Amino acid sequence: MKPALSARSVLGSFLALLLVAPLVMPPFYVTLLNYIGLYALVALGLVLLTGVGGLTSFGQAAFVGLGAYTTAVLTTATELPAWLAWAGGSPWLALFVGLAFTATVAFVLGSLTLRLSGHYLPLGTIAWGISLYFLFGTLETLGGHTGLTGIPPIAIFGYELTDGSQIFYLIWAFLLLAVFTTQNLLDSREGRAIRALKGGMVMAEAMGVDTARARMVIFVIAALHACASGWLYAHMQRFVNPTPFGLHIGIEYLFMAVVGGAGQVWGALLGAGVITIAKQWLQDILPRIFGQSGNFEVIFFGLMMIIILQRAREGLWPLFARFVPVKATQRTLDAAAEPLPRKPLPARGDVILEAKDVTRKFGGLVANNAMSLTVKAGEILALIGPNGAGKSTMFNQISGVDTPTSGEVLFLGRPVAGRGSRAIARMGMSRTFQHVKLLPTMSVLENVAIGAHMRGDKGVFPAAWRMDRAEEARLLNEAARQIERVGLAEHMFDAAGSLALGQQRILEIARALAADPCLLLLDEPAAGLRFKEKQALAELLRKLRGEGMGILLVEHDMDFVMGLVDRVVVMEFGQKIAEGLPEEVQQNPAVLEAYLGGVE
Amino acid sequence: MNGMSVEMNVIGQTIDEAGKSAPGTPRTVLEVRDLCVAYGKVEALSNANLRVGEGQIVTVIGPNGAGKTTMLSAIMGLLESRGQVIFDGEAEYVPRVERMVARGMNLVPEKRELFAEMSVEDNLLLGAFQRYRSGKRDHAETMKEVYHLFPRLEERKAQLAGTLSGGERQMLAVGRALMAKPKLLMLDEPSLGLAPLIVREIFRIIGELRRRGVSILLVEQNARAALQVADYAYVLETGEISMEGPAKQLADDPRVIEAYLGLGGKHQDRLAA
Amino acid sequence: MDIQIALLLAQDGITNGAIYALLALALVLVFAVTRVIFIPQGEFVAYGALTLVMIQAGTVPATLWLLLGAGVLAAAVDARGALASGQKGRLAGVLAWNVGYPAVLAALLYGLPLATLALPLQVLLALLVVVPMGPLMYRLIYQPIAAAPVLILLIVSVAVHVGMVGLGLLFFGAEGSRTPAFSEARFELGPMLVNGQTIWVIAASIVLIVALYLFFGRTIYGKALRATAMNRNGARLMGISPALAGRLTFLLAALIGALSGVLIAPITTIYYDTGFLIGLKGFVAAIVGGLASYPIAAAGAVLVGLLEAFSSFWASAYKEVIVFTLIIPVLLWRSFTSHHVEEEE
Repeated sequence: MKPALSARSVLGSFLALLLVAPLVMPPFYVTLLNYIGLYALVALGLVLLTGVGGLTSFGQAAFVGLGAYTTAVLTTATELPAWLAWAGGSPWLALFVGLAFTATVAFVLGSLTLRLSGHYLPLGTIAWGISLYFLFGTLETLGGHTGLTGIPPIAIFGYELTDGSQIFYLIWAFLLLAVFTTQNLLDSREGRAIRALKGGMVMAEAMGVDTARARMVIFVIAALHACASGWLYAHMQRFVNPTPFGLHIGIEYLFMAVVGGAGQVWGALLGAGVITIAKQWLQDILPRIFGQSGNFEVIFFGLMMIIILQRAREGLWPLFARFVPVKATQRTLDAAAEPLPRKPLPARGDVILEAKDVTRKFGGLVANNAMSLTVKAGEILALIGPNGAGKSTMFNQISGVDTPTSGEVLFLGRPVAGRGSRAIARMGMSRTFQHVKLLPTMSVLENVAIGAHMRGDKGVFPAAWRMDRAEEARLLNEAARQIERVGLAEHMFDAAGSLALGQQRILEIARALAADPCLLLLDEPAAGLRFKEKQALAELLRKLRGEGMGILLVEHDMDFVMGLVDRVVVMEFGQKIAEGLPEEVQQNPAVLEAYLGGVE
Repeated sequence: MNGMSVEMNVIGQTIDEAGKSAPGTPRTVLEVRDLCVAYGKVEALSNANLRVGEGQIVTVIGPNGAGKTTMLSAIMGLLESRGQVIFDGEAEYVPRVERMVARGMNLVPEKRELFAEMSVEDNLLLGAFQRYRSGKRDHAETMKEVYHLFPRLEERKAQLAGTLSGGERQMLAVGRALMAKPKLLMLDEPSLGLAPLIVREIFRIIGELRRRGVSILLVEQNARAALQVADYAYVLETGEISMEGPAKQLADDPRVIEAYLGLGGKHQDRLAA
Repeated sequence: MDIQIALLLAQDGITNGAIYALLALALVLVFAVTRVIFIPQGEFVAYGALTLVMIQAGTVPATLWLLLGAGVLAAAVDARGALASGQKGRLAGVLAWNVGYPAVLAALLYGLPLATLALPLQVLLALLVVVPMGPLMYRLIYQPIAAAPVLILLIVSVAVHVGMVGLGLLFFGAEGSRTPAFSEARFELGPMLVNGQTIWVIAASIVLIVALYLFFGRTIYGKALRATAMNRNGARLMGISPALAGRLTFLLAALIGALSGVLIAPITTIYYDTGFLIGLKGFVAAIVGGLASYPIAAAGAVLVGLLEAFSSFWASAYKEVIVFTLIIPVLLWRSFTSHHVEEEE
């Protein structure tokens, strides 16, 4: 194996190569590199959207067009309407207008589709891509199919970038800045929320993350990247027509992101490079082979995509990365960071959760029938019962995931029903999941930090430009503190997916604790744990109770429950069949019957 | 325990006729050797060995999360596994659901998995899909038999499966599996969430099926009922078979009570009473 | 606009709407059973129509080579699978279906005087070439990744579409074509002149829809497909394999697509890439039905057809824009009626 290189030296040599490239390369190759840079900028947005966020768009080319046409119109029009006159004539002002315009369009499009299942967004973007393309081609102010000419070059401090090798630096500066900010964003509070979108939305919502907002954020960012690319394109070509903004180009952008490696920031560059060069080459040789002209390269791109998605869904980047091994940077914690403020806990013995006559029916099934229970601060209540008794349904009513058919659940005196798990998390109720829900490729530290999401407020922009570091250090410190508290400190930087099931359950508790709750809801925390792990878990829960936390435990492991909890509620057939101290319940004949079963 | 077994005999009258006392003798329908299943790094089932003889009811009991459902899924080919499944004299190194169904193995899953927006009759009909496909078109007859076993289903044959009550759903799930005329019927927690009266009905049917020559592998949380209806039993704990033996013996074994019921020693007297 | 023109436009709209309805039904079906958003549906329209064009011109359709290639590939994949699992007995069947069938078809196409055959025979041959590509496509492309997330399946669909358009250009060239009408008859219906092909399209659509209805409601295979759509696990436990359901669904989708192509070829000039837009209009209709409801999708399709016809009269340049913008209010309405956060598969 080759020795790993430091990230800084790899990046440094890459930058040096970029710097000299236009000086030594023939213009044809400089132009090719310009295109790769422009495409990579768009593909980068798709990496964020598709690879990280699990959404996708086929309409990115239309956003590129929006950027290009905005600047084309503003910089060439002789007569602008009065309200827009201020923006005329200057490419930089036009960039600003284009970005604002694109953000608006993306926001509207996103509001229409993002609340629906994931496949509505791409379908919506197909329709949008087609509509906008036809609009570019038919609107007379946009020059119809012939387009607009005479776009001025961009000037920086009076220095005009007229030549391909001049705008080269601007294009690549844009791209590198975009890579830099995207990487920063992903490594932040908002970034964790974004990375939770793929496969962790239910969990993220329960930790107070607004997933709809996070989806919107990445969709708008991807659109803005595309718009910037369009702006650069317009001033590089100095004319625009509808062709490069059609749906098939939008599809090509997506191909770039997927081929490069949709989960990798640098994959965008690789994908853009591979597709652009391959296209150049195939367009050259295929018509000669087939003896007719046409865009036959799409046959190969289609085939390549199918094979990549069947065989190597991570794209080409992992392959590429093997040739250039880069040392992973070790994360450090800032122990000096100020601890996060805590909410005051309710006084010990106060009722914090009250369920009154909760009934939930599913069609002909009555899953919960007139269930009532209360949890006080500083006590552990166990909700037990045999499998299928309706415990999970009851749990869903309490945690606000589901709404009772009748009856109500009050948390700190306020009704829970219909609030949604995010709002309930903010109220101070935090939960774990029966089937562990964590992000397996993220570290234990980052997983737990998601729990502290709502204790920070730095958004996308500060994250992208590293103005969030003080808060980030506090959040990570809090996460680390909780990890130490539950005894997982030695695994802090391991991938969460590499832990044993018992440790994963403990991790979930740490994550819930990071939210600073006054009530913990634990859904079968002991399931699948070994004896030692159960003991450790019980010890932890006792400690939390001692600190004044209220804990509601759903379990069917009687042994685990009996030595630990203060009170027990027993369910069978959706109803409460017993309630009281563990010893009382244990002697109750109805409970024995429920647990041991029996044929009358 | 005596009062209990008298009642059992009334429910499953023919159990003793089938030779409960000699579980080792009948031909083997299913043999599982060293079956292992892993979810990622977590091993959910390790080296399970198990045998079901023809015409037998064999039960697997154990606390929740012990890997019972995992084991059934692996035998059926719903999950990837290592080890060997020998069904009806032929080994399957990589069991595949469709093939197992075609060869006469049927699973009634814990979640029932009915076709909610289809009628009871259509649900039953689809139970015979694999037979129909291989040219055996006797579903009308089989359906009559199923209706005979579950008159309730015939009353509701035009109703959508999603509108049935819990007990009816379970009956439909069992009836649908019977439409395939299985050699081995695997039942995953058939009494789950059902009221005692219905549970009794389900266990009556299980006894009745055995009388008709269907071999049954029964996974149950209802330990008493399962151990009383079965010939042979295995106890599964955290993915490993920890005990096995004739069902009657296990029912009286305090270690089973302790391991499975998690109640500790002090309740044995109650169980035995 | 007078009543005459309105009726003419309505007739146009309903004719196209009938085709969109068929495509929308196929899209809903494919999505329900396999979770694949079937973007290449439109390519089957173009392939169906242009294969017929080639047959009528007396040439062996180039799509035959695609069928042969895909068949050989599928045979190789299946044979490898059969050998690996020790089922040598399946080899003969695998070869007969995947290689034997296209070979026989090739012999027929080379042997028959294609140009002079009766129209129904020409149509039949075109369908025999194009329709089997559906199940082959499922076998080779979707079956290996059947468990992948919807998003991945969608991206693959787009890749298939792109590839098929490229192949379409190779097979059929860039020129557009029309086929002669099935019937030159014209009927006067009150103030309206109805042309024969319109009747053909509408009647064939209705027959096909009724046939599908009967297939899903009365036959065990139809019910098996519905069962798979409702509960994949339950269906597997009945021995209904997702692979079988997938191939059957793709067979139906390909049949519907190719037949739609054959039906509209006399009305519209079909180019190698025309299918995409036609298919997408089917999509707009399918989205109206939420990718779940067949009747609403069919109604949506007629609406799309009418909208298209009337906007081509009032604002022909904006025809496509108007049709595709239709999904905005639909999405808006759907978005207001859906609230919960769900995990994407």
